[in-house]
Amino acid sequence: MIPLSHYLIVSAIIFTIGAVGVLMRRNAILIFMCIELMLNAVNLTFIAFAAYQKVVEGQVFVFFVITVSAAEVAVGLAILVYLFYQRLTTDVDDISTLKG
Amino acid sequence: MPDLSTLPYEQALFYIVSTLAVVAALAMVVSKNAVHAALFMVANFALFAMLYLLLRASFIATIQVIVYAGAIMVLFLFVIMMLNVSEAERPQDRLFALDSLAPLIAVGLLGVLVYVAFGVKQPAATTSGLVFADIGDIGALLFTRYLYPFEITSILLLVAMIGAVVLAKRR
Repeated sequence: MIPLSHYLIVSAIIFTIGAVGVLMRRNAILIFMCIELMLNAVNLTFIAFAAYQKVVEGQVFVFFVITVSAAEVAVGLAILVYLFYQRLTTDVDDISTLKG
Repeated sequence: MPDLSTLPYEQALFYIVSTLAVVAALAMVVSKNAVHAALFMVANFALFAMLYLLLRASFIATIQVIVYAGAIMVLFLFVIMMLNVSEAERPQDRLFALDSLAPLIAVGLLGVLVYVAFGVKQPAATTSGLVFADIGDIGALLFTRYLYPFEITSILLLVAMIGAVVLAKRR
């Protein structure tokens, strides 16, 4: 039997990698991917706790998280495409002002 | 239904899969090419699906593969290929020295998370193996106790769809 803490440590490592990616990458698409990575790490934590505590609610929550992240990716990538047509870049350093 | 409370080679499988997942995540973050990064992300998602299977979450593992490794990957690859962007390497002109600060933040975050993970008490009831919740259990919960969140999720998906269409249409 694998200890619960090992699953949590894997999740922690992946979450940290995602967070560092968000800080270090400049391409907005890659920043999006890193956010997806962090969401996945959190999902793993949910599932691990749900399995070890024998409750199904954790899986229901992961279902919601996956739905929300799918919606987020659809809208986010649409915004990125629009932004690219306006500015011809997806570099976040070039898109640092809210004014259009 | 076969007894799934214990799997053969479960320990070895867990360590191999989780190591590969970490490697794929690292490769995704450091890869220069956006398409390579997307493919490493897909590998990472598939390995996560295997971890979910090790935790006996078969439904979540399935929708992980369908939604993440399928739909979201296609969206990312489509946008990458449509925009054809490359992350140009250029001299540092950032406002903050975020690149030099990132390792520090990483070590701090990882330290706190691992410290918390080790502090978590192993639930006593798990000696008899993990729970095997199938799609029926999740569906029963989803349509009774979590019915309103479920319906709100469908509205969210509709809003996202309309939003994406409106954003894509406006030129």
